[in-house]
Amino acid sequence: MLKLIASRLLQMVLIMGVVSALLFFIFDSDKFKKQIAVAELGGFAVSALSDQDYQNWLERKGLNVPFYERYAKWVGGILTGDLGKSYQTNEPVATLVADRLKKTGILGFWVFALMIPLSLTFGIIAGMKEGSAQDRITSFISIVTTSLPEIATAVILMSIFALWLRWLPANSAMVGGWNWLALVLPVMTLVLYDFGYVARMTRASMAEVMTSQYIRTAILKGLPYKRVILRHALRNALIAPFTIIVLQMNWLLSGVVVVEFFFQYAGFGKLLLDAALFGDIYVIQAATLVAVFVAVLSQIISDVGYSFLNPRIRFS
Amino acid sequence: MSVSEQTPVLECRNLCISYFTRAGEIPAVVDFNLKLMPGEAHGIVGESGCGKSTVALAIMNYMGKNGGIVGGEILFEGRDMRTMSGEELRRIRGSKIAMVYQEPMASLNPSMKLGEQLAEVPIYHEGVSREQAIERSQKMLASVRLPDPQRIMNSYPHQISGGQQQRVVIAMALLSNPKLLLLDEPTTALDVTVEAGIVELIKEISAKFGTSLIYISHNLGLILETCSRLTVMYSGEAVESGDIGTVFTKMRHPYTRGLFSSIPVPGADKNMRPLRSIRGQLPLPFARPTGCYFGPRCDHFVAGRCDQGILPMLPVESGSSHFVRCVRFNEIDWSRATTRSDQHAPIETGAIVLNVSDMSKHYTIESGSAVLLGAKKTVKANERITFRAREAETIAIVGESGCGKSTFAKVLMGLEGATNGKVQLGDVDLANLPVQRRSENVISRLQMIFQNPFDTLNPSHSVGSQISRVIRKFGVERDPAKVEERVNQLLDIVKLPRDFAKRRPRQLSGGQKQRVGIARAFAGDPKIVIADEPVSALDVSVQAAVTGLLTDIQRENRTTLLFISHDLSVVRYLADRIIVMYLGKIMEKGTTEEIFSPPYHPYTEALLSAVPIADTSVKKRKIVLTGEIPSPSNPPPGCPFCTRCPYVMKGICDTQVPPQREMAPRHVIACHLDEATLRAMQPVITIEPREMEAELVAGGA
Ligand SMILES: Nc1ncnc2c1ncn2[C@@H]1O[C@H](COP(=O)(O)OP(=O)(O)OP(=O)(O)O)[C@@H](O)[C@H]1O
Ligand code: SF4
Ligand code: SF4
Ligand SMILES: [Mg+2]
Repeated sequence: MLKLIASRLLQMVLIMGVVSALLFFIFDSDKFKKQIAVAELGGFAVSALSDQDYQNWLERKGLNVPFYERYAKWVGGILTGDLGKSYQTNEPVATLVADRLKKTGILGFWVFALMIPLSLTFGIIAGMKEGSAQDRITSFISIVTTSLPEIATAVILMSIFALWLRWLPANSAMVGGWNWLALVLPVMTLVLYDFGYVARMTRASMAEVMTSQYIRTAILKGLPYKRVILRHALRNALIAPFTIIVLQMNWLLSGVVVVEFFFQYAGFGKLLLDAALFGDIYVIQAATLVAVFVAVLSQIISDVGYSFLNPRIRFS
Repeated sequence: MSVSEQTPVLECRNLCISYFTRAGEIPAVVDFNLKLMPGEAHGIVGESGCGKSTVALAIMNYMGKNGGIVGGEILFEGRDMRTMSGEELRRIRGSKIAMVYQEPMASLNPSMKLGEQLAEVPIYHEGVSREQAIERSQKMLASVRLPDPQRIMNSYPHQISGGQQQRVVIAMALLSNPKLLLLDEPTTALDVTVEAGIVELIKEISAKFGTSLIYISHNLGLILETCSRLTVMYSGEAVESGDIGTVFTKMRHPYTRGLFSSIPVPGADKNMRPLRSIRGQLPLPFARPTGCYFGPRCDHFVAGRCDQGILPMLPVESGSSHFVRCVRFNEIDWSRATTRSDQHAPIETGAIVLNVSDMSKHYTIESGSAVLLGAKKTVKANERITFRAREAETIAIVGESGCGKSTFAKVLMGLEGATNGKVQLGDVDLANLPVQRRSENVISRLQMIFQNPFDTLNPSHSVGSQISRVIRKFGVERDPAKVEERVNQLLDIVKLPRDFAKRRPRQLSGGQKQRVGIARAFAGDPKIVIADEPVSALDVSVQAAVTGLLTDIQRENRTTLLFISHDLSVVRYLADRIIVMYLGKIMEKGTTEEIFSPPYHPYTEALLSAVPIADTSVKKRKIVLTGEIPSPSNPPPGCPFCTRCPYVMKGICDTQVPPQREMAPRHVIACHLDEATLRAMQPVITIEPREMEAELVAGGA
């Protein structure tokens, strides 16, 4: 187990190294440098700039040195805790990323807090009796909600709750400070989308457990049905969904770009999108590192959790 | 109170059970009757698919999603279970009627400690406290003779062996002292020596607690050891029922007779008294003939009598408890065997074709402990295997699971390389010649028949094209017309109709697929055929046909047969020489005669005693092994059998590798016991002469 974690972490550092070097290389091209200059000085000013002035600007920005030198400097910075500054807003990248992460964290927390109990409950109830009415209803809802793309769900929810009923704000930028109401629509969109997927996985897992021989043993031992479900079926049925749910952390971090962009919610996904469009290399770098870190972390949690839930692996 | 006045524990009256599928209603069990008295043990035998488990689950009133009892009644202690409420049923299940299943591993919850799985039985049935429940569970574990109950209580199912798991399931079934214990093939998944221990335990329990048993098995020998009455089932019907002694010696149904003629009992001999299989195959439930379901396969079938209406169970004599479902049982001359099977002279063996010397195969595995860093371990799957095989000889390699039989086959076939030693086929050393590097010639000389006919045939090609591919590949014939002729010949040899060449594997039954497997193996005119458990997935009546086929082809082609099996009865019947393996090592080797009579290796002795034999005239000396099979990755440094051997000499056997004692030329026993002790051993199996109304096996009369 320790060995596994160690190898995963090593893997992570390697991925981080390769990806960040690659990003530096890509954003080193003249086109991106120009783009930054245009963004900062304005298109007209840049076209008026003489070659010499442009070089001076590059030097001032530290963009004239070869990318590997910048890369080495950046890596050195990271080791001392300095992630550099955003070209776009001139803020330190660390504070920027931390703030956005917190926002996405809040969003993710509520999505999980609603989606997990909902989908597990429905999945379990559906899987308890395959082919029953509750099973068919759950399967139908899951398929509908999952097959709608997030953007479509977002549009529908916004039209109903913001434009028609006017219960909720359509825009979640929260320029005037934190607003819980503005969080509702993005959370709903994501919960609806994710619910179907996890519920269906849970249902399949539960249905399989219910047909297993040890459930037959439990029933023929004369245990009350409640005990059979809660003590014998549930734990085994939850192993598969657990793994899937943990891996959803990954999806929530960067897969929410569409939703954050649509509702103008200033989260991590939107940060990444803006930075990419601007060519804001240090922000992109930091965000990528965070994304890789979360991906590997969720992988580790799911592995450890899986072997914890499954005694056959824990003690073999 | 006399037996007839007691209330039966269980009574099934005209029970009919069906499954409902999209194709319609499938009558799985028809008109089933059974009366079980307190303390009685009743056996149910029959081939796969005849409805044995359906009966057991119906008694539990657990019919799954699509099953249902469509007629008759099941009376438990005089009350019809079909009228009971769910709550009443729950109270009976697990407390008054308990069940033991075929696969112990699958029937225990993998993520719950065994202690808790046991304790919940008294907690939910008798409302005792947790402490009491745990104490009782521990006591019960001790009384099913599990070592260290404390440790077992705290283990998960996968942490104990299969035999121990089954003991836990039995303990679980006994915890509330049931009136009736249903055992559905309780030892089929276990090794014979482990099986012997479980059977002993079951007998002890029923004697001690007065529990009534229903013992379901496909193995007549096991039923003989455990039961006093017996029902033989065929295609969903009981065809014969009666006292064990009567049914075993005076059977009155042609199917029962056929069944007994197709199992290898000690008197059978592949040359002089070959087994007789039942022709044809089991009808599918929706394709049963009218009248007698056994009609199409019966030698005594008479049109107009056997194919009319629904046959009742008839008493053999008025008032007797021996019933048969055959309208002609009174007219058949039971003292005459039906058909005479061919006798042959023994095959003369020829020159040495395969020479295996000191062959070892070790696997290195990561000891994948989830908590600690892994260390490398070595599994010695085969250790210094040495033997020779001659032309036209049948050599059997026997041993229980994990003894390294399949590994040996893999090395021979070039699927694995040997770690050490030589495997000489003619002048080629196969020990480290992977199959990709073997010449066409070597491959064609060495062919294999696999255990499972279901996965070895390509489902998308016709039977004919799979056989002709082999013929062309090994250059036996090239001309298309000749290839086709050869395919037809091979189908004739394996006794399949020629138009089967056009069929796909899924259109064949298990026995037919295995025949195709045999035809394919012999298509390239091999010198040596390795058969890894070729009949163990098949029903007994089909087994006899397949073994007969193998011997016939061998006689024709003078092929050497390496027969890998765990089934000593089949091995005794087929083999000229036997190699007994245990945990990767050869314990004893010699001719079949030498292996089955003293002097024995202690392991061979135990193995012989463990094999159930379906013959009332056979008496066996009981040797029940205790102790656990060591882990193959950590066997004792001396004799691998020392953890279970009744003769073990502490300080010698567990530390020093036993010597190879040559008791007779080429009869070798690897054991520390001195020659005198070995020679003084008494026979395990003795046959008492007995009046038999007809010779079952070869044509008597
Ligand atoms: N690929 C492998 N890696 C590691 N160990 C293996 C491998 N294959 C087999 N073994 C081990 O080698 C030993 C012998 O295995 P083998 O499959 O030959 O037994 P067997 O007698 O055929 O058993 P069974 O009757 O259950 O088929 C076992 O302990 C097994 O766990
Ligand atoms: S009823 Fe006829 S066909 Fe059936 S077993 Fe008896 S003799 Fe054979
Ligand atoms: S060597 Fe010892 S332990 Fe092994 S079989 Fe002989 S007597 Fe038994
Ligand atoms: Mg095997």
